[in-house]
Amino acid sequence: MTTDLTRLTMHALAAAYRAGEATPSQATEAYLARIAALDTRVGGYLTVTAEAARAAARAADARLAARRPLGPLDGVPLALKDVFCTRGVTTTCGSRILEGFVPPYDATVAERLAAAGAVMLGKTNMDEFAMGSSTEHSAFKPTRNPWDLSRVPGGSSGGSAAAVAGDLAAAALGTDTGGSIRQPAAFCGTVGLKPTYGRVSRYGLIAFASSLDHPGPITKDVRDTALLLGAIAGHDPRDATSVPEPVPDYVAALDGSVAGLRLGVPREYFTEGLDPEIARAVREALEVLRGLGATTTEISLPTTDYGLAVYYIIAPAEASSNLARYDGVKYGLRVPGRDLIDMSSATRAAGFGAEVKRRIMLGTYVLSAGYYDAYYGRAQKVRTLVKRDFEQAFAAVDLIVAPTTPGVAFKHGEKEDPLAMYLNDVFTVPVDLAGIPAISVRGGFSATGLPIGLQLIAPAFEEARLLRAAHAYEQATPWLERRPELS
Amino acid sequence: MSAVATAAGYEVVIGLEVHAQLSTRTKMFCGCSTTFGAPPNTQTCPVCQGMPGTLPVINRRAIEFGTRTALAFDCTVNASCRFARKHYYYPDMPKNFQISQYEEPLAEHGGLEIDVAGGGVRRIGIQRLHLEEDVGKLVHEGTLETAPSSLVDYNRAGVPLMETVSQPELSSPEEAAAYLRAFRAVLVYLGVCDGNMEEGSLRCDANISLRRRGATELGTKVEIKNLNSFRNVQRALEFEVIRQAAALDAGERIVQETRLWDADRGYTRSMRSKEFAHDYRYFPEPDLVPLELDLAFVERARAALPELPRAGRRRFVEQYALRGAEAATLTGSRALAEYYEATVGAGAGPRPAANWILSELLRVVPGDDEQAVRDSPVSPAHLAGLIRLIDDGTISGKIAKSVFDKMAASREDAATIVGREGLTQVADSGALALVIDQVLAADPKLLADWKSGKTAAENAIVGQVMKATQGKANPALVRDLLKEKLSKT
Repeated sequence: MTTDLTRLTMHALAAAYRAGEATPSQATEAYLARIAALDTRVGGYLTVTAEAARAAARAADARLAARRPLGPLDGVPLALKDVFCTRGVTTTCGSRILEGFVPPYDATVAERLAAAGAVMLGKTNMDEFAMGSSTEHSAFKPTRNPWDLSRVPGGSSGGSAAAVAGDLAAAALGTDTGGSIRQPAAFCGTVGLKPTYGRVSRYGLIAFASSLDHPGPITKDVRDTALLLGAIAGHDPRDATSVPEPVPDYVAALDGSVAGLRLGVPREYFTEGLDPEIARAVREALEVLRGLGATTTEISLPTTDYGLAVYYIIAPAEASSNLARYDGVKYGLRVPGRDLIDMSSATRAAGFGAEVKRRIMLGTYVLSAGYYDAYYGRAQKVRTLVKRDFEQAFAAVDLIVAPTTPGVAFKHGEKEDPLAMYLNDVFTVPVDLAGIPAISVRGGFSATGLPIGLQLIAPAFEEARLLRAAHAYEQATPWLERRPELS
Repeated sequence: MSAVATAAGYEVVIGLEVHAQLSTRTKMFCGCSTTFGAPPNTQTCPVCQGMPGTLPVINRRAIEFGTRTALAFDCTVNASCRFARKHYYYPDMPKNFQISQYEEPLAEHGGLEIDVAGGGVRRIGIQRLHLEEDVGKLVHEGTLETAPSSLVDYNRAGVPLMETVSQPELSSPEEAAAYLRAFRAVLVYLGVCDGNMEEGSLRCDANISLRRRGATELGTKVEIKNLNSFRNVQRALEFEVIRQAAALDAGERIVQETRLWDADRGYTRSMRSKEFAHDYRYFPEPDLVPLELDLAFVERARAALPELPRAGRRRFVEQYALRGAEAATLTGSRALAEYYEATVGAGAGPRPAANWILSELLRVVPGDDEQAVRDSPVSPAHLAGLIRLIDDGTISGKIAKSVFDKMAASREDAATIVGREGLTQVADSGALALVIDQVLAADPKLLADWKSGKTAAENAIVGQVMKATQGKANPALVRDLLKEKLSKT
């Protein structure tokens, strides 16, 4: 019984609770046992909060026994990427420089999940400061892909995606700055949604690139994504960039038909760099959707090629600013020095990893007097063009269908050249630049048995449309029947 | 040696940057209190400590205060403005960047009228007005370089600051001080800043350069920091005029640098240029959306503007027939102007009210301290009461001064003190002597009769003195005074 509980989706688990077939404590114990048994191999978690999870589960037990659950997430065991601040629980952002940092406050999303009764199992591994696409750049340990432990889970939310794929959490939250939810979701065969910028509060999310950071769910199926998004979305007075747009009932939106839905297929995404197996999977997915009554047309997103270049100016620029606060004065690591400047320099030299330093230098350079206009100023203009590309496309189509990644999960150490690593995000980065919502769902498997991600992209605040189409596709395909063999 | 004499042959060009802490209840980007003087780090939260993951939220009241000030300085309030990050490493700044405004400030293109030598008025241009957050404070022994350790207090970090940059149009240290005084008076009138330079609510940096009289190009400018009083602004600039003039006379080049005013030693010294050769790497603050100020908001602020010091001064001259200098002092603070008008409103004549406030009240109450004026131990009603006692002859002006001091000490009204201590004119031989003189002067025949020794004449004089003092004079005292007077003639 207990091992089965970890296989359930959140909505199935909630149904089991309501039917009296399981309790939050049983599910929590099952997850804690599975984490204890398997996470040394997967490396999904940086911190497991077993005692707090048990206490939260007992409280949920009582509410469910009294038939007064807080909602569909009550008692559901979840994991949070270690980028989210959690009151009283170590939050490192995958970096030595924050080793031992215990925030005195909760991120808004953590607060909302707690208010919905969710049980937090722990904090998941990530590339340091969310900079990476493989979770190899965590300062503490690499995370492994449950489908093939010799391969990476993607990143930077690799810990969250691996935990969900490996049944080490019912669902998890990640963040997507250049693809960091969708790419690991694709590599691990989970569902991952990047909401519209401003849809979910960033308060308490340790900033990488403020104008690009999007918190979002990583789940076992689309219905769970709808549930989790509904719990975390909505205006937050503590985040001035969050939007006071009403939050629709995303679960209710799932059951609509996709008949008549106009799907656009961007020509620029089907280039030489795309793995033919993935290209075929996307074309098959389009067949399935056409079979459900949707229509498909080829569209053009001419600025696709500039996405990565723009991203690698804007994201490092903002990161160089956001990461300036880690100076050894107030929290986290402090390496003693002769004087203040020496102390800060020594702390930053010891506390940041190579990839983080690379981006801080890049960002510092592009913001420098004399270079600002040529780099940051120009990049912002091109970003506007990227956004306009999508707006123009959405004048003719309702959704865009594309691959999530150019290839499937690669092996640890396979992409040591930073540029090769950056190319992984070529299909996800433009969507972050535009701030529009996108989802990655399981779109088949490679001949080697690795999951392939199918990406759907929608106009701003059209998450419901996105979820409806993704759900229809998921229901029409057999892909969720497969699971990784871990134990 | 005066600065002006030394600098003969040079034209002085000064611009002032003034930082004013806004007297909002809470900080610029979080809900922490802004109260001065709390124990270290008790008025902080994750946001103003710059903790990871925290985000700023704009204080609406600070925008209102900034808008109000911008309108008072006749600036154009921009329909849209933006915050920007200004980067430099210093441990008193929690994020190692300051949220400020750069390319798109709240307001621009204003001005401020000041009095200049010779009685004229000049309008000094104001380039821009923008909002930003204050930094914390480092506490250490000696200098940062030599102290074995430093402590940091973030109570001040995040307090709203309004920076205003003048055009380089001030042409002497005196004008700079006049600008700062006029500037402070406006802020205090608006209620947006308490104007307290000692506590750092108002801080001033100056840019100063010299050029040969008649030259069209500006000289190399030097920035002077740490000017924490009107007097220091003037002294530091006077020192700098002499220093730069001497250097130029000696054929030296002025180094563009930042110099620190040392008030104890009375000179400016160069700060290490390494520390201040900054590239601030400004870029728009991505955590805040551009701030749109709708016209209605600006117009509401404009409609709510109080009468400003210069307008009040003109009105005081016209309405109360005061001299310009008197009106300037009385309108130098809003509380003092209100005090004056309340005194007049309570029945005092505009002239005696002005005299009493300028000569007596300002002796016991610092006129530039709004709160002290509002809490004055002698209220406007009490001062008007005192003036009434003089007007109706109950007490003499001389006695009134001692009554005023007693009022200031006890907060009682004049009549109470006068009644209790028997200070009415009856007991005041000096005042009675004056009344006698008036009576005699008005009636030369009576005077002659009295001098010739007629008893009836003495009785008549006593009767008239009694009438003049509304029966309050002591007839015996009047007779004694008359006898004394006669013996002297």
